[in-house]
Amino acid sequence: MQRALRPKRFHQLWPFYLLAAPGILYFLTFHYIPMTGLILAFKEYSPFKGMMDSPWVGLDNFRQFFGTSDFYMLLKNTLLISLLNLIIYFPFTIFLSLLLNEVRLKVFKRVSQTIVYLPHFLSWVVIYGITISFFGPSGVINHYLGQWFDGSANFLVSNEWFRPLVIFQSIWKDAGWGTIIFLAALAGINPEQYEAAKVDGASRLQSIWHITLPGIKGTIVILLLLRLGSSMDSNFMQIFLMTNSLNLDVSNVFDLFVYHVGLEQFNYSFAITVGMFKSVASLILVLGANYAAKLLGEEGIF
Amino acid sequence: MKLKATWFDTIIVVIICLISLLVILPFLYIIAVSFSPPGDSMAGNFFIWPKHWTLDAYSYLLNANTFLTSVKNSVIITVMGTVLSLFVSITLAYALSKKFLPGRRVMLLVIFFTMIFHGGMIPNYLVVKNLGLIDSYWAVVLPAASSAFNIMVIRSFFQSLPESLDEAARIDGAGEFRILYSIVLPLSKPIIATFTLFFMVQFWNEFFSAVIYLNDTTRWPIQPLLRQMVAISASNISAEAAVDASLAANLGPNVQNAAILLAMLPIVMVYPFLQKYFAKGAMLGSIKE
Repeated sequence: MQRALRPKRFHQLWPFYLLAAPGILYFLTFHYIPMTGLILAFKEYSPFKGMMDSPWVGLDNFRQFFGTSDFYMLLKNTLLISLLNLIIYFPFTIFLSLLLNEVRLKVFKRVSQTIVYLPHFLSWVVIYGITISFFGPSGVINHYLGQWFDGSANFLVSNEWFRPLVIFQSIWKDAGWGTIIFLAALAGINPEQYEAAKVDGASRLQSIWHITLPGIKGTIVILLLLRLGSSMDSNFMQIFLMTNSLNLDVSNVFDLFVYHVGLEQFNYSFAITVGMFKSVASLILVLGANYAAKLLGEEGIF
Repeated sequence: MKLKATWFDTIIVVIICLISLLVILPFLYIIAVSFSPPGDSMAGNFFIWPKHWTLDAYSYLLNANTFLTSVKNSVIITVMGTVLSLFVSITLAYALSKKFLPGRRVMLLVIFFTMIFHGGMIPNYLVVKNLGLIDSYWAVVLPAASSAFNIMVIRSFFQSLPESLDEAARIDGAGEFRILYSIVLPLSKPIIATFTLFFMVQFWNEFFSAVIYLNDTTRWPIQPLLRQMVAISASNISAEAAVDASLAANLGPNVQNAAILLAMLPIVMVYPFLQKYFAKGAMLGSIKE
Protein backbone atom coordinates (compact mmCIF):
# COMPACT_ATOMS: atom_id res chain seq x y z
CA MET A 1 0.00 0.00 0.00
CA GLN A 2 2.75 2.38 1.03
CA ARG A 3 4.41 1.90 -2.33
CA ALA A 4 1.35 3.06 -4.16
CA LEU A 5 1.27 6.27 -2.12
CA ARG A 6 4.87 7.41 -2.42
CA PRO A 7 6.78 6.72 -5.58
CA LYS A 8 9.96 4.82 -4.76
CA ARG A 9 11.07 2.96 -7.84
CA PHE A 10 12.51 4.52 -10.93
CA HIS A 11 9.49 3.74 -13.09
CA GLN A 12 7.47 5.82 -10.63
CA LEU A 13 10.09 8.51 -10.15
CA TRP A 14 11.04 9.36 -13.72
CA PRO A 15 8.21 11.93 -14.12
CA PHE A 16 9.82 13.99 -11.36
CA TYR A 17 13.26 13.81 -12.94
CA LEU A 18 11.73 14.76 -16.25
CA LEU A 19 10.11 17.79 -14.59
CA ALA A 20 13.39 18.77 -12.94
CA ALA A 21 15.40 18.34 -16.14
CA PRO A 22 14.76 21.70 -17.90
CA GLY A 23 15.53 23.63 -14.71
CA ILE A 24 18.66 21.66 -13.91
CA LEU A 25 19.79 22.03 -17.51
CA TYR A 26 19.23 25.77 -17.19
CA PHE A 27 21.34 26.03 -14.03
CA LEU A 28 24.13 23.93 -15.51
CA THR A 29 24.19 25.87 -18.78
CA PHE A 30 23.84 29.42 -17.54
CA HIS A 31 25.40 29.20 -14.08
CA TYR A 32 27.90 26.34 -14.03
CA ILE A 33 29.36 26.40 -17.54
CA PRO A 34 30.23 30.10 -17.06
CA MET A 35 32.18 29.08 -13.96
CA THR A 36 34.47 27.00 -16.16
CA GLY A 37 35.21 30.22 -18.04
CA LEU A 38 37.06 31.38 -14.95
CA ILE A 39 40.10 29.33 -16.00
CA LEU A 40 40.69 32.05 -18.60
CA ALA A 41 41.84 34.20 -15.70
CA PHE A 42 44.95 32.02 -15.67
CA LYS A 43 45.39 32.06 -19.43
CA GLU A 44 46.10 34.58 -22.14
CA TYR A 45 42.96 34.16 -24.21
CA SER A 46 43.40 34.11 -27.93
CA PRO A 47 40.21 33.89 -29.97
CA PHE A 48 42.05 31.89 -32.66
CA LYS A 49 43.21 29.20 -30.29
CA GLY A 50 40.03 29.02 -28.24
CA MET A 51 39.55 28.57 -24.52
CA MET A 52 41.29 25.22 -24.24
CA ASP A 53 44.41 25.88 -26.29
CA SER A 54 45.18 29.41 -25.18
CA PRO A 55 48.52 29.47 -23.33
CA TRP A 56 48.66 29.38 -19.53
CA VAL A 57 50.11 32.45 -17.86
CA GLY A 58 49.67 31.45 -14.22
CA LEU A 59 48.97 34.38 -11.93
CA ASP A 60 50.25 37.05 -14.35
CA ASN A 61 46.80 38.57 -14.84
CA PHE A 62 46.29 38.86 -11.09
CA ARG A 63 49.75 40.38 -10.59
CA GLN A 64 49.03 42.89 -13.31
CA PHE A 65 45.66 43.76 -11.76
CA PHE A 66 46.88 44.19 -8.19
CA GLY A 67 49.90 46.12 -9.45
CA THR A 68 47.90 48.94 -11.04
CA SER A 69 46.46 51.98 -9.35
CA ASP A 70 43.15 50.96 -10.97
CA PHE A 71 42.76 48.27 -8.35
CA TYR A 72 42.78 50.72 -5.44
CA MET A 73 40.51 53.15 -7.23
CA LEU A 74 37.97 50.42 -7.99
CA LEU A 75 38.13 49.03 -4.47
CA LYS A 76 37.68 52.48 -2.97
CA ASN A 77 34.79 53.48 -5.24
CA THR A 78 32.98 50.16 -4.80
CA LEU A 79 33.32 50.06 -1.03
CA LEU A 80 32.51 53.75 -0.59
CA ILE A 81 29.18 53.42 -2.40
CA SER A 82 28.35 50.36 -0.29
CA LEU A 83 29.38 52.15 2.89
CA LEU A 84 27.28 55.23 2.08
CA ASN A 85 24.31 53.00 1.35
CA LEU A 86 24.90 51.29 4.66
CA ILE A 87 24.97 54.48 6.71
CA ILE A 88 22.31 56.48 4.86
CA TYR A 89 19.97 54.21 2.89
CA PHE A 90 19.78 51.40 5.45
CA PRO A 91 18.90 53.52 8.54
CA PHE A 92 16.43 55.48 6.43
CA THR A 93 14.60 52.26 5.60
CA ILE A 94 14.37 51.40 9.30
CA PHE A 95 13.19 54.94 10.07
CA LEU A 96 10.47 54.68 7.42
CA SER A 97 9.37 51.29 8.74
CA LEU A 98 9.06 52.69 12.26
CA LEU A 99 7.04 55.63 10.94
CA LEU A 100 4.66 53.40 9.00
CA ASN A 101 4.35 51.11 11.99
CA GLU A 102 3.24 53.99 14.19
CA VAL A 103 0.43 55.02 11.85
CA ARG A 104 -2.85 54.14 13.50
CA LEU A 105 -5.15 55.07 10.65
CA LYS A 106 -5.24 51.88 8.53
CA VAL A 107 -6.41 53.55 5.32
CA PHE A 108 -3.67 56.15 5.46
CA LYS A 109 -1.10 53.45 6.10
CA ARG A 110 -2.22 51.37 3.14
CA VAL A 111 -2.28 54.32 0.75
CA SER A 112 1.17 55.55 1.76
CA GLN A 113 2.60 52.04 1.49
CA THR A 114 1.19 51.71 -2.02
CA ILE A 115 2.89 54.96 -2.95
CA VAL A 116 6.32 54.28 -1.49
CA TYR A 117 6.53 50.72 -2.88
CA LEU A 118 5.85 51.78 -6.45
CA PRO A 119 9.29 53.06 -7.57
CA HIS A 120 10.81 49.66 -6.78
CA PHE A 121 9.10 48.22 -9.85
CA LEU A 122 10.39 50.81 -12.28
CA SER A 123 13.45 50.01 -14.34
CA TRP A 124 16.74 51.77 -13.61
CA VAL A 125 16.46 53.33 -17.07
CA VAL A 126 13.20 54.99 -16.08
CA ILE A 127 14.78 56.18 -12.82
CA TYR A 128 17.70 57.49 -14.84
CA GLY A 129 15.30 59.28 -17.18
CA ILE A 130 13.53 60.91 -14.26
CA THR A 131 16.90 61.89 -12.78
CA ILE A 132 17.84 63.60 -16.04
CA SER A 133 14.54 65.45 -16.14
CA PHE A 134 15.32 66.84 -12.72
CA PHE A 135 19.09 67.09 -12.50
CA GLY A 136 20.09 67.27 -16.17
CA PRO A 137 21.61 70.39 -17.75
CA SER A 138 18.15 71.60 -18.78
CA GLY A 139 16.37 69.92 -15.90
CA VAL A 140 13.95 71.55 -13.54
CA ILE A 141 16.48 71.95 -10.70
CA ASN A 142 18.97 73.76 -12.87
CA HIS A 143 16.17 75.91 -14.14
CA TYR A 144 15.28 77.11 -10.66
CA LEU A 145 18.91 77.41 -9.65
CA GLY A 146 19.28 79.73 -12.59
CA GLN A 147 16.15 81.66 -11.81
CA TRP A 148 16.60 82.08 -8.07
CA PHE A 149 20.34 81.88 -7.49
CA ASP A 150 21.71 82.86 -10.84
CA GLY A 151 23.70 79.68 -11.15
CA SER A 152 23.63 76.09 -12.29
CA ALA A 153 25.32 72.82 -11.40
CA ASN A 154 26.52 70.01 -13.60
CA PHE A 155 25.02 67.30 -11.42
CA LEU A 156 25.39 64.47 -13.91
CA VAL A 157 28.89 65.16 -15.11
CA SER A 158 30.72 66.00 -11.92
CA ASN A 159 32.65 63.99 -9.39
CA GLU A 160 31.11 65.74 -6.38
CA TRP A 161 27.49 64.99 -7.21
CA PHE A 162 27.82 61.40 -8.33
CA ARG A 163 27.67 59.72 -4.92
CA PRO A 164 24.90 61.89 -3.42
CA LEU A 165 22.77 61.32 -6.53
CA VAL A 166 23.32 57.57 -6.51
CA ILE A 167 22.41 57.28 -2.83
CA PHE A 168 19.38 59.48 -3.34
CA GLN A 169 18.24 57.31 -6.26
CA SER A 170 18.63 54.17 -4.14
CA ILE A 171 16.52 55.65 -1.39
CA TRP A 172 13.87 56.92 -3.78
CA LYS A 173 13.62 53.60 -5.60
CA ASP A 174 13.99 51.03 -2.86
CA ALA A 175 13.60 52.42 0.67
CA GLY A 176 9.84 51.92 0.59
CA TRP A 177 10.15 48.39 -0.67
CA GLY A 178 12.79 47.67 1.95
CA THR A 179 10.28 48.38 4.72
CA ILE A 180 8.28 45.23 3.90
CA ILE A 181 10.59 42.91 5.73
CA PHE A 182 10.80 45.19 8.78
CA LEU A 183 7.04 45.64 8.86
CA ALA A 184 6.68 41.86 8.83
CA ALA A 185 9.05 41.63 11.79
CA LEU A 186 7.23 44.46 13.57
CA ALA A 187 3.90 42.68 13.11
CA GLY A 188 5.37 39.79 15.07
CA ILE A 189 5.92 41.79 18.25
CA ASN A 190 3.51 40.86 21.02
CA PRO A 191 1.03 43.75 21.53
CA GLU A 192 0.85 42.94 25.25
CA GLN A 193 4.30 44.43 25.64
CA TYR A 194 2.97 47.79 24.47
CA GLU A 195 0.00 47.55 26.82
CA ALA A 196 2.32 46.81 29.73
CA ALA A 197 4.60 49.72 28.82
CA LYS A 198 1.59 52.02 28.61
CA VAL A 199 0.44 50.96 32.06
CA ASP A 200 3.93 51.73 33.32
CA GLY A 201 3.58 55.20 31.88
CA ALA A 202 5.93 54.91 28.89
CA SER A 203 5.59 57.50 26.13
CA ARG A 204 5.31 56.46 22.46
CA LEU A 205 8.96 57.32 21.89
CA GLN A 206 9.98 55.29 24.92
CA SER A 207 8.08 52.24 23.74
CA ILE A 208 9.68 52.56 20.29
CA TRP A 209 13.09 52.61 21.94
CA HIS A 210 12.51 49.86 24.49
CA ILE A 211 10.08 47.51 22.70
CA THR A 212 9.91 48.14 18.93
CA LEU A 213 13.62 48.44 18.19
CA PRO A 214 14.70 45.46 20.33
CA GLY A 215 11.84 43.55 18.68
CA ILE A 216 13.37 43.90 15.21
CA LYS A 217 16.99 43.68 16.31
CA GLY A 218 17.37 40.22 14.78
CA THR A 219 16.06 41.37 11.41
CA ILE A 220 18.30 44.44 11.46
CA VAL A 221 21.39 42.37 12.21
CA ILE A 222 20.65 39.82 9.47
CA LEU A 223 19.96 42.47 6.83
CA LEU A 224 23.00 44.48 7.90
CA LEU A 225 25.21 41.41 7.55
CA LEU A 226 23.67 40.53 4.19
CA ARG A 227 24.52 44.03 3.02
CA LEU A 228 28.06 43.74 4.33
CA GLY A 229 28.30 40.42 2.53
CA SER A 230 27.38 42.08 -0.75
CA SER A 231 29.60 45.16 -0.39
CA MET A 232 31.60 44.17 -3.47
CA ASP A 233 28.46 44.37 -5.60
CA SER A 234 27.49 47.86 -6.44
CA ASN A 235 24.14 48.19 -8.06
CA PHE A 236 25.61 47.75 -11.50
CA MET A 237 22.62 48.80 -13.60
CA GLN A 238 22.33 52.03 -11.66
CA ILE A 239 26.05 52.83 -11.82
CA PHE A 240 26.27 51.85 -15.48
CA LEU A 241 23.58 54.38 -16.35
CA MET A 242 24.86 57.18 -14.13
CA THR A 243 28.47 56.95 -15.21
CA ASN A 244 30.17 59.02 -17.90
CA SER A 245 33.68 60.00 -18.86
CA LEU A 246 33.57 63.05 -16.58
CA ASN A 247 32.74 61.28 -13.33
CA LEU A 248 34.70 58.10 -13.94
CA ASP A 249 37.10 58.86 -11.07
CA VAL A 250 34.34 58.19 -8.56
CA SER A 251 31.91 56.04 -10.55
CA ASN A 252 34.24 53.32 -11.79
CA VAL A 253 33.44 50.15 -9.85
CA PHE A 254 34.54 46.54 -10.42
CA ASP A 255 31.59 45.55 -12.61
CA LEU A 256 31.92 48.62 -14.76
CA PHE A 257 35.63 48.02 -15.21
CA VAL A 258 34.91 44.42 -16.23
CA TYR A 259 32.42 45.70 -18.80
CA HIS A 260 34.85 48.21 -20.29
CA VAL A 261 37.85 45.87 -20.37
CA GLY A 262 35.93 42.79 -21.49
CA LEU A 263 33.14 43.89 -23.76
CA GLU A 264 34.57 47.13 -25.12
CA GLN A 265 38.28 46.31 -25.32
CA PHE A 266 37.76 42.54 -25.79
CA ASN A 267 40.47 41.74 -23.27
CA TYR A 268 38.57 38.72 -21.97
CA SER A 269 41.29 37.22 -19.80
CA PHE A 270 41.97 40.38 -17.86
CA ALA A 271 38.26 41.16 -17.45
CA ILE A 272 37.63 37.64 -16.18
CA THR A 273 40.50 38.06 -13.71
CA VAL A 274 38.88 41.17 -12.27
CA GLY A 275 35.45 39.49 -12.23
CA MET A 276 36.88 36.45 -10.49
CA PHE A 277 38.56 38.56 -7.84
CA LYS A 278 35.18 40.13 -7.19
CA SER A 279 33.29 36.83 -7.07
CA VAL A 280 35.78 35.24 -4.68
CA ALA A 281 35.92 38.31 -2.44
CA SER A 282 32.09 38.34 -2.36
CA LEU A 283 31.97 34.65 -1.47
CA ILE A 284 34.37 35.23 1.43
CA LEU A 285 32.35 38.24 2.62
CA VAL A 286 29.05 36.34 2.48
CA LEU A 287 30.44 33.36 4.37
CA GLY A 288 32.08 35.73 6.86
CA ALA A 289 28.82 37.63 7.37
CA ASN A 290 26.95 34.39 7.95
CA TYR A 291 29.57 33.26 10.46
CA ALA A 292 29.35 36.62 12.24
CA ALA A 293 25.55 36.34 12.40
CA LYS A 294 25.86 32.99 14.13
CA LEU A 295 28.46 34.35 16.54
CA LEU A 296 25.96 37.04 17.49
CA GLY A 297 23.45 34.35 18.32
CA GLU A 298 21.28 35.03 15.27
CA GLU A 299 20.03 32.31 13.00
CA GLY A 300 22.36 33.08 10.12
CA ILE A 301 21.48 33.27 6.47
CA PHE A 302 22.06 29.59 5.82
CA MET B 1 -10.19 52.33 23.16
CA LYS B 2 -10.84 55.36 21.05
CA LEU B 3 -8.28 56.61 18.56
CA LYS B 4 -7.33 60.08 19.64
CA ALA B 5 -4.78 61.87 17.52
CA THR B 6 -1.90 63.26 19.55
CA TRP B 7 0.87 65.60 18.42
CA PHE B 8 2.93 62.46 17.91
CA ASP B 9 0.46 61.07 15.38
CA THR B 10 0.32 64.40 13.62
CA ILE B 11 4.08 64.58 13.18
CA ILE B 12 4.18 61.03 11.82
CA VAL B 13 1.41 61.69 9.34
CA VAL B 14 3.10 64.90 8.20
CA ILE B 15 6.47 63.21 7.66
CA ILE B 16 4.90 60.31 5.75
CA CYS B 17 2.94 62.77 3.62
CA LEU B 18 6.15 64.62 2.77
CA ILE B 19 7.91 61.38 1.82
CA SER B 20 4.96 60.25 -0.30
CA LEU B 21 4.89 63.64 -1.99
CA LEU B 22 8.59 63.27 -2.81
CA VAL B 23 7.77 59.96 -4.50
CA ILE B 24 4.78 61.30 -6.44
CA LEU B 25 6.08 64.69 -7.57
CA PRO B 26 8.52 63.34 -10.16
CA PHE B 27 5.69 61.39 -11.79
CA LEU B 28 3.47 64.45 -11.95
CA TYR B 29 6.31 66.49 -13.41
CA ILE B 30 7.09 63.84 -16.05
CA ILE B 31 3.41 63.72 -17.04
CA ALA B 32 3.17 67.50 -17.19
CA VAL B 33 6.25 67.87 -19.39
CA SER B 34 5.08 65.14 -21.73
CA PHE B 35 1.84 67.04 -22.38
CA SER B 36 3.47 70.44 -22.80
CA PRO B 37 4.99 72.00 -25.91
CA PRO B 38 8.84 71.89 -25.65
CA GLY B 39 9.07 75.67 -25.37
CA ASP B 40 6.99 75.75 -22.21
CA SER B 41 8.96 73.19 -20.24
CA MET B 42 12.31 74.61 -21.32
CA ALA B 43 11.22 78.02 -20.15
CA GLY B 44 10.17 76.30 -16.94
CA ASN B 45 7.03 78.33 -16.42
CA PHE B 46 5.02 75.53 -14.87
CA PHE B 47 5.71 72.63 -12.61
CA ILE B 48 2.98 70.01 -12.40
CA TRP B 49 0.17 71.54 -14.39
CA PRO B 50 0.85 72.25 -18.08
CA LYS B 51 -0.03 75.74 -19.30
CA HIS B 52 -0.78 74.58 -22.80
CA TRP B 53 -1.80 71.00 -23.44
CA THR B 54 -0.56 69.14 -26.45
CA LEU B 55 -0.50 65.52 -27.56
CA ASP B 56 2.36 66.14 -29.99
CA ALA B 57 4.84 64.01 -28.07
CA TYR B 58 2.55 61.01 -27.99
CA SER B 59 1.42 61.24 -31.57
CA TYR B 60 5.06 61.60 -32.60
CA LEU B 61 6.17 58.53 -30.61
CA LEU B 62 3.25 56.43 -31.76
CA ASN B 63 4.22 57.18 -35.34
CA ALA B 64 7.96 56.66 -34.92
CA ASN B 65 9.00 53.29 -36.32
CA THR B 66 12.03 52.91 -34.08
CA PHE B 67 9.92 53.39 -31.00
CA LEU B 68 7.12 51.08 -32.12
CA THR B 69 9.63 48.37 -33.04
CA SER B 70 11.15 48.57 -29.57
CA VAL B 71 7.72 48.23 -27.97
CA LYS B 72 7.05 45.20 -30.14
CA ASN B 73 10.42 43.70 -29.14
CA SER B 74 9.69 44.34 -25.49
CA VAL B 75 6.33 42.62 -25.76
CA ILE B 76 7.89 39.59 -27.48
CA ILE B 77 10.68 39.37 -24.90
CA THR B 78 8.26 39.79 -22.00
CA VAL B 79 5.90 37.09 -23.26
CA MET B 80 8.69 34.65 -24.13
CA GLY B 81 10.52 35.30 -20.89
CA THR B 82 7.48 35.04 -18.66
CA VAL B 83 6.25 31.78 -20.20
CA LEU B 84 9.72 30.22 -20.14
CA SER B 85 10.48 31.38 -16.60
CA LEU B 86 7.19 30.07 -15.28
CA PHE B 87 7.71 26.72 -16.98
CA VAL B 88 11.32 26.21 -15.85
CA SER B 89 10.75 27.48 -12.30
CA ILE B 90 7.49 25.67 -11.59
CA THR B 91 8.59 22.27 -12.93
CA LEU B 92 11.91 22.31 -11.08
CA ALA B 93 10.44 23.70 -7.86
CA TYR B 94 7.69 21.07 -7.97
CA ALA B 95 10.13 18.19 -8.39
CA LEU B 96 12.29 19.56 -5.58
CA SER B 97 9.31 19.88 -3.26
CA LYS B 98 9.01 16.07 -3.17
CA LYS B 99 10.88 14.85 -0.13
CA PHE B 100 10.94 11.26 -1.39
CA LEU B 101 12.89 12.14 -4.55
CA PRO B 102 16.39 10.63 -4.41
CA GLY B 103 19.09 13.16 -5.32
CA ARG B 104 16.97 16.08 -4.12
CA ARG B 105 19.62 17.36 -1.68
CA VAL B 106 22.31 17.40 -4.34
CA MET B 107 20.09 19.30 -6.76
CA LEU B 108 19.17 21.81 -4.05
CA LEU B 109 22.83 22.34 -3.23
CA VAL B 110 23.69 22.83 -6.91
CA ILE B 111 21.01 25.50 -7.16
CA PHE B 112 21.73 27.16 -3.85
CA PHE B 113 25.42 27.54 -4.62
CA THR B 114 24.60 29.83 -7.56
CA MET B 115 23.25 32.31 -5.04
CA ILE B 116 26.66 32.90 -3.51
CA PHE B 117 29.06 32.30 -6.38
CA HIS B 118 28.92 32.98 -10.10
CA GLY B 119 31.22 33.17 -13.09
CA GLY B 120 30.48 36.82 -13.76
CA MET B 121 29.69 38.99 -16.73
CA ILE B 122 32.33 37.90 -19.25
CA PRO B 123 32.01 34.12 -18.79
CA ASN B 124 28.22 34.53 -19.13
CA TYR B 125 28.75 36.54 -22.27
CA LEU B 126 31.06 33.88 -23.73
CA VAL B 127 28.50 31.14 -23.06
CA VAL B 128 25.71 33.08 -24.76
CA LYS B 129 28.03 33.85 -27.65
CA ASN B 130 29.20 30.26 -28.04
CA LEU B 131 25.62 29.06 -28.06
CA GLY B 132 25.10 31.31 -31.07
CA LEU B 133 22.43 33.37 -29.35
CA ILE B 134 23.86 36.83 -30.06
CA ASP B 135 21.25 39.05 -31.76
CA SER B 136 18.37 36.73 -30.95
CA TYR B 137 15.67 37.31 -28.35
CA TRP B 138 16.80 34.09 -26.68
CA ALA B 139 20.00 35.82 -25.54
CA VAL B 140 17.90 38.11 -23.36
CA VAL B 141 15.40 35.47 -22.29
CA LEU B 142 17.34 32.25 -21.66
CA PRO B 143 20.09 33.41 -19.24
CA ALA B 144 17.43 35.03 -17.04
CA ALA B 145 15.02 32.07 -17.11
CA SER B 146 15.10 31.55 -13.37
CA SER B 147 17.07 32.05 -10.20
CA ALA B 148 17.81 30.13 -7.03
CA PHE B 149 15.64 32.57 -5.11
CA ASN B 150 12.58 31.95 -7.33
CA ILE B 151 13.01 28.19 -7.05
CA MET B 152 13.27 28.36 -3.25
CA VAL B 153 10.15 30.50 -2.84
CA ILE B 154 7.99 28.49 -5.24
CA ARG B 155 9.23 25.23 -3.73
CA SER B 156 8.29 26.30 -0.23
CA PHE B 157 4.80 27.08 -1.48
CA PHE B 158 4.42 23.61 -3.01
CA GLN B 159 5.66 22.07 0.23
CA SER B 160 2.91 23.83 2.13
CA LEU B 161 0.27 21.94 0.13
CA PRO B 162 -1.00 18.81 1.91
CA GLU B 163 0.74 15.67 0.72
CA SER B 164 -2.35 13.54 1.19
CA LEU B 165 -3.82 15.32 -1.81
CA ASP B 166 -1.45 13.75 -4.32
CA GLU B 167 -1.59 10.47 -2.46
CA ALA B 168 -5.34 10.33 -2.89
CA ALA B 169 -4.99 11.17 -6.57
CA ARG B 170 -2.37 8.46 -6.97
CA ILE B 171 -4.68 5.89 -5.45
CA ASP B 172 -7.30 6.95 -7.94
CA GLY B 173 -4.77 6.16 -10.63
CA ALA B 174 -3.78 9.66 -11.74
CA GLY B 175 -0.33 10.01 -13.35
CA GLU B 176 2.18 12.50 -11.91
CA PHE B 177 1.76 15.01 -14.74
CA ARG B 178 -1.97 14.80 -14.36
CA ILE B 179 -1.64 15.47 -10.63
CA LEU B 180 0.53 18.51 -11.25
CA TYR B 181 -1.69 19.86 -13.98
CA SER B 182 -5.16 19.27 -12.60
CA ILE B 183 -4.63 19.36 -8.85
CA VAL B 184 -1.48 21.21 -7.82
CA LEU B 185 -1.51 24.06 -10.35
CA PRO B 186 -5.12 25.12 -9.71
CA LEU B 187 -4.32 25.23 -6.00
CA SER B 188 -1.22 27.31 -6.67
CA LYS B 189 -2.93 30.28 -8.28
CA PRO B 190 -1.64 32.83 -5.73
CA ILE B 191 2.01 31.92 -6.21
CA ILE B 192 1.65 31.59 -9.98
CA ALA B 193 -0.02 34.99 -10.19
CA THR B 194 2.72 36.54 -8.06
CA PHE B 195 5.51 35.14 -10.17
CA THR B 196 3.78 35.83 -13.48
CA LEU B 197 3.72 39.48 -12.50
CA PHE B 198 7.28 39.43 -11.13
CA PHE B 199 8.59 37.85 -14.35
CA MET B 200 6.64 40.29 -16.50
CA VAL B 201 8.12 43.23 -14.62
CA GLN B 202 11.59 41.71 -14.81
CA PHE B 203 11.53 41.16 -18.59
CA TRP B 204 9.82 44.44 -19.39
CA ASN B 205 12.55 46.23 -17.42
CA GLU B 206 15.36 44.22 -19.01
CA PHE B 207 18.04 46.55 -20.21
CA PHE B 208 21.63 45.47 -19.89
CA SER B 209 21.45 42.07 -21.58
CA ALA B 210 19.89 43.78 -24.58
CA VAL B 211 22.79 46.23 -24.68
CA ILE B 212 25.44 43.51 -24.62
CA TYR B 213 23.73 40.69 -26.53
CA LEU B 214 21.81 42.57 -29.22
CA ASN B 215 24.13 44.36 -31.63
CA ASP B 216 21.27 44.60 -34.06
CA THR B 217 19.41 47.60 -32.66
CA THR B 218 16.22 46.73 -34.55
CA ARG B 219 15.90 43.95 -31.97
CA TRP B 220 16.23 46.34 -29.05
CA PRO B 221 13.46 46.41 -26.48
CA ILE B 222 12.23 49.70 -25.09
CA GLN B 223 14.63 50.18 -22.15
CA PRO B 224 17.93 50.56 -24.06
CA LEU B 225 16.20 52.78 -26.61
CA LEU B 226 14.79 54.92 -23.83
CA ARG B 227 18.23 55.24 -22.34
CA GLN B 228 19.62 56.61 -25.61
CA MET B 229 16.68 58.95 -26.01
CA VAL B 230 17.06 60.53 -22.59
CA ALA B 231 20.85 60.41 -22.45
CA ILE B 232 21.16 62.72 -25.44
CA SER B 233 20.26 65.64 -23.24
CA ALA B 234 22.84 64.58 -20.68
CA SER B 235 25.48 64.75 -23.43
CA ASN B 236 27.29 61.62 -22.34
CA ILE B 237 26.23 59.33 -25.11
CA SER B 238 28.67 60.56 -27.75
CA ALA B 239 30.88 57.49 -27.56
CA GLU B 240 28.06 55.22 -28.61
CA ALA B 241 26.09 54.78 -31.75
CA ALA B 242 23.20 57.20 -31.53
CA VAL B 243 19.65 56.14 -32.08
CA ASP B 244 18.07 56.43 -35.44
CA ALA B 245 18.87 59.95 -36.65
CA SER B 246 15.30 60.98 -37.44
CA LEU B 247 14.24 60.05 -33.92
CA ALA B 248 17.13 61.97 -32.38
CA ALA B 249 16.44 65.09 -34.44
CA ASN B 250 12.96 65.43 -32.98
CA LEU B 251 13.76 64.85 -29.34
CA GLY B 252 12.36 67.58 -27.17
CA PRO B 253 11.80 67.27 -23.45
CA ASN B 254 8.17 66.43 -24.16
CA VAL B 255 9.09 63.46 -26.35
CA GLN B 256 11.69 62.25 -23.86
CA ASN B 257 9.30 62.40 -20.95
CA ALA B 258 6.49 60.82 -22.94
CA ALA B 259 8.87 57.96 -23.70
CA ILE B 260 9.72 57.59 -20.00
CA LEU B 261 6.02 57.46 -19.23
CA LEU B 262 5.24 54.91 -21.93
CA ALA B 263 8.15 52.74 -20.77
CA MET B 264 6.74 52.58 -17.25
CA LEU B 265 3.08 52.40 -18.27
CA PRO B 266 2.73 48.59 -18.31
CA ILE B 267 4.35 48.42 -14.87
CA VAL B 268 2.02 51.03 -13.45
CA MET B 269 -0.87 49.10 -14.98
CA VAL B 270 0.03 45.71 -13.46
CA TYR B 271 1.09 47.27 -10.17
CA PRO B 272 -2.37 47.25 -8.53
CA PHE B 273 -2.68 43.52 -9.24
CA LEU B 274 0.89 42.90 -8.18
CA GLN B 275 0.46 44.75 -4.93
CA LYS B 276 -2.25 42.44 -3.70
CA TYR B 277 0.16 39.53 -3.73
CA PHE B 278 3.69 40.71 -3.24
CA ALA B 279 3.67 41.40 0.46
CA LYS B 280 2.69 37.79 1.00
CA GLY B 281 5.20 36.62 -1.59
CA ALA B 282 8.03 38.60 -0.02
CA MET B 283 7.27 37.15 3.38
CA LEU B 284 7.08 33.66 2.01
CA GLY B 285 10.65 34.10 0.85
CA SER B 286 11.84 34.75 4.35
CA ILE B 287 10.33 31.54 5.72
CA LYS B 288 12.90 28.85 6.20
CA GLU B 289 12.41 25.16 6.32
